[in-house]
Amino acid sequence: MSPAGRTVRPVSIASFAQMQNVRRDDEHNEVEMLMPVVAEVFGTIGITKDDVDFICSGSTDYLIGGPFSFVMALDAVGVWPPRAESHVEMDGAWALYEAWTLLQEGEVDAALVYSFGRSSLGDLREILTLQLDPYYLAPLWPDTVSLAALQARALIDSGKSSEAEFAAIAARSRKDALANPKAQVAGDRSVDELLRDEYVVSPLRRHALPPITDGAAAVVLAAGDKARQWSDKPVWITGFDHRMETHSLGARDLTSSPSTAKAAEVAGVHDGPVDVAEIHAPYAHQEVIVREALGLDDSVRINPSGGPLAANPMMSAGLIRIGEAAERIRSGQAGRAVAHATSGPCLQQNLVCVLEGA
Amino acid sequence: MADDSTIEGRGPVTTLATPIRLDFDFTPGIAQSVFLRGLARGRFMGQRCPKCGKVYVPSRGSCPTDGVPTTEDVELANVGTVTTYCVVNVPFAGQSIEIPYICAQVLLDGANLSFMGLIQEIPTDEIRMGMRVEAVWVDEADLTPSLASVKYFRPSGEPDADYESYKEYL
Repeated sequence: MSPAGRTVRPVSIASFAQMQNVRRDDEHNEVEMLMPVVAEVFGTIGITKDDVDFICSGSTDYLIGGPFSFVMALDAVGVWPPRAESHVEMDGAWALYEAWTLLQEGEVDAALVYSFGRSSLGDLREILTLQLDPYYLAPLWPDTVSLAALQARALIDSGKSSEAEFAAIAARSRKDALANPKAQVAGDRSVDELLRDEYVVSPLRRHALPPITDGAAAVVLAAGDKARQWSDKPVWITGFDHRMETHSLGARDLTSSPSTAKAAEVAGVHDGPVDVAEIHAPYAHQEVIVREALGLDDSVRINPSGGPLAANPMMSAGLIRIGEAAERIRSGQAGRAVAHATSGPCLQQNLVCVLEGA
Repeated sequence: MADDSTIEGRGPVTTLATPIRLDFDFTPGIAQSVFLRGLARGRFMGQRCPKCGKVYVPSRGSCPTDGVPTTEDVELANVGTVTTYCVVNVPFAGQSIEIPYICAQVLLDGANLSFMGLIQEIPTDEIRMGMRVEAVWVDEADLTPSLASVKYFRPSGEPDADYESYKEYL
């Protein structure tokens, strides 16, 4: 029997597409946002909705303030004749995990995974408060930036990082984003310049925060013959795991990420060299924590796409990390890559996906 | 009496009220904007699927069967057929209409999707499936891009529709 988190049946990332990330899309509803993304993810490999046996999506109604938005979003695909479909109230990276699990069982050979996030329709800092424990924490309305700032402060106090390192991460991310046409925020600013930014919540200056982003993404997973039929150079998922920590922030050491470390171990991150890592660390300081938990050394190229500091569509930014990592392998820039996704406050839940070329 | 489950003698905490209010903007999108702008003109506007030809009102911009964009705008009739209904007899908080009243699914002529409407100007025991109804709009000055522009539907006086004509929409 294969160890947990390792692939039993090879599954490939056959195709990936994402919407142009924007601060606010006033023109389109969720279905209209998703339709071009779904059309592209099928179109680039020359297939149609009839070629996938399973559909799984990741989104949350809290962003839109309306019930069952994930059901209506299915109109973007057109599910007739009826087929197996599922949804997670999580980032699309977890929807991809569910689809991957089903493909492992061998009942289906191909799946569509998509996610969408309208982060701009309400006050995101307040909306994210509602993911906290509803009895002791949420009634106090600690907003998500303030919680991240507490974590950043703890990290500085531990001696593991500094405001200058946060600025260096932001500078590198947004410079890399200049080469990513789908990025929302890009630019070339020096660390010294960034350190003159105002604090949003100390010790987090403006540059250490992710942008508020409207976006959507989609992936086609394929196994068996379809994987090779749809791509000359399939990108394979060779390890996959996700773990979570307690919802009680006071019971956690916010300067480390044991759930990421465990997921990395189970997914086999250290079974080979890592060329590229796409890390879903929405706040600059969280990259320091995740990088340490993944055990990556300085030779690993981090977030060549610009990462979530360049575009952070809620519920999609994790799925985009997997898609971006796969694209690096497909383009020949990397042989082995790690993608990470997070959810919840202060890196509460973490997912690690290891990808390799043929 | 000593009781360590109480706080200052006020007894155990049994309930906790945590008021939550969030405000959201709504983005109707291109297709629903066509519908809403139609309501502001006193018209029902839908969209047709280029593949199967079905007309959705309101359209959300795609054909849910074929998954392709619906790009052709279609103006629908002011009359339609009651496909199914219920008579509301139960009072509830925030009720603005006097009970009993009739809530019905109305299939507008030319549409392939019914939507919910209020039926008035008829005794509640006379409502039936297949009844032909027409929309009554608010005064022109009060028209807005909202379903509030439709006051209600009332019997149009036409003979009932044949069951075969709406059985697909139940």
